[in-house]
Amino acid sequence: MAKMHITTTINGEPTEFLCEPYETMLDVLRDNLGMTGSKEGCGSGDCGACSVTLDDRLVCSCLMLAAEAEGHEIRTIEGMSEGEALHPLQQKFLETAALQCGICTPGVLVAADALLKKNPNPSETEVRYWLAGNLCRCTGYDKIVRAVLETAADLRGAAE
Amino acid sequence: MTDIQYVAPSTLDEAVGAYAAAKGAARILAGGTDLLVQMRAGMVKPGLIVDIKKVAELSAIEKTPEGGFRIGAAVSGAVLEEHPTFGKVWPGVLEGLNLIGSTQVQGRASAGGNLCNGSPAADSIPGLVAAGAIATVQGPNGRRNIPVEQVPTGPGKTSLAPGEILVSFTLPPRPAHSSDAYLRMIPRTEMDIAVVGCAVSLTMDGDTCTAARVSLGAVAPTVLLVEDAAKALVLTKLDDASLDKAAAACSAACNPIDDKRGTIAYRTKVAGVLLKRTTAIAAERAKGG
Repeated sequence: MAKMHITTTINGEPTEFLCEPYETMLDVLRDNLGMTGSKEGCGSGDCGACSVTLDDRLVCSCLMLAAEAEGHEIRTIEGMSEGEALHPLQQKFLETAALQCGICTPGVLVAADALLKKNPNPSETEVRYWLAGNLCRCTGYDKIVRAVLETAADLRGAAE
Repeated sequence: MTDIQYVAPSTLDEAVGAYAAAKGAARILAGGTDLLVQMRAGMVKPGLIVDIKKVAELSAIEKTPEGGFRIGAAVSGAVLEEHPTFGKVWPGVLEGLNLIGSTQVQGRASAGGNLCNGSPAADSIPGLVAAGAIATVQGPNGRRNIPVEQVPTGPGKTSLAPGEILVSFTLPPRPAHSSDAYLRMIPRTEMDIAVVGCAVSLTMDGDTCTAARVSLGAVAPTVLLVEDAAKALVLTKLDDASLDKAAAACSAACNPIDDKRGTIAYRTKVAGVLLKRTTAIAAERAKGG
């Protein structure tokens, strides 16, 4: 069976790849394209470690076939910083130690970025519900939630 | 999984043709939040995956000429939530759909997939049943319309014929002072499967309920339409005696399983409790509208 030839956009770059019809977007990102920032935690959409955006909508890349990327736009953790300049969320997570082992962190950052683009001024409750699908076994979530809220406040301050 | 194929047709005729030609070896892909999990677990090994999201009708949200809504079967909860008016008219339908899974899952999961997956605990289905939604399906022999409650026939089973694809849900026009609500009982607040789900749709005239539909999830092999509960509410002021009667009708309709999420006795009792709580929310919303 011939592989499928997919033409898509990843982190703003026109990208082509070959994949099997059953391969997930996560498989292709990690194994074909060398973009290993997105993690496989559960492979069943429960943990959020593989979070990416598909046409700016937050999804689990383990629950998406790579073939579905045809003609669409994917953004991953690799596209979050601008070169060496970290995204404000990344910077805040470092400064406030909002991570421990780090496996969940790429997914949390992609999810938090999607939230702040949609809602620049979320309440703590809104942050907690939005991130309910990003499981962290280390932090107890408080530092993550506070880092997201502080980044949101910084970004609002910078926008004024 | 070596001989699997993927197609993403742009017309419904092509999708039905490919799906029917595969004679049961094909699976429909909408949001994929059930299908990909089932494939990974080895529960299903489709020879053909028919991605229906490129078919315009399956991804559309439209007003019907009668003033209702038509929701494509593949529309995700996140997209429906962003619709400017749907959630104002049918808040209960929307809250049921968007109780499913995480933000990530809501970005993909559709009510159509939830219905066709056939789970008795499907959170988006009681709301659609209470709404009186009609499912449109299309197969090799043409198109037909069936009430949503007639689609599931048991856990994982539907009344769709071989080759038939769920196309859309049509929700009726809403009289003034109508609204709905959905509540589910789970031991936590998020990311769980209903122990009991209850949807109530009401029309109010002042303090009097003039029309009602009640649906329960997770208490029987399929989502249930509970007509006796609705009858107990109609032409009452939703007083305690009427609510007790409707709650008893809900408990009487239950035919649940015992499992780790809840016992038969617990589910049966909670069905009545949820009826009262859900009715109160729907009535408050209806009076406000």
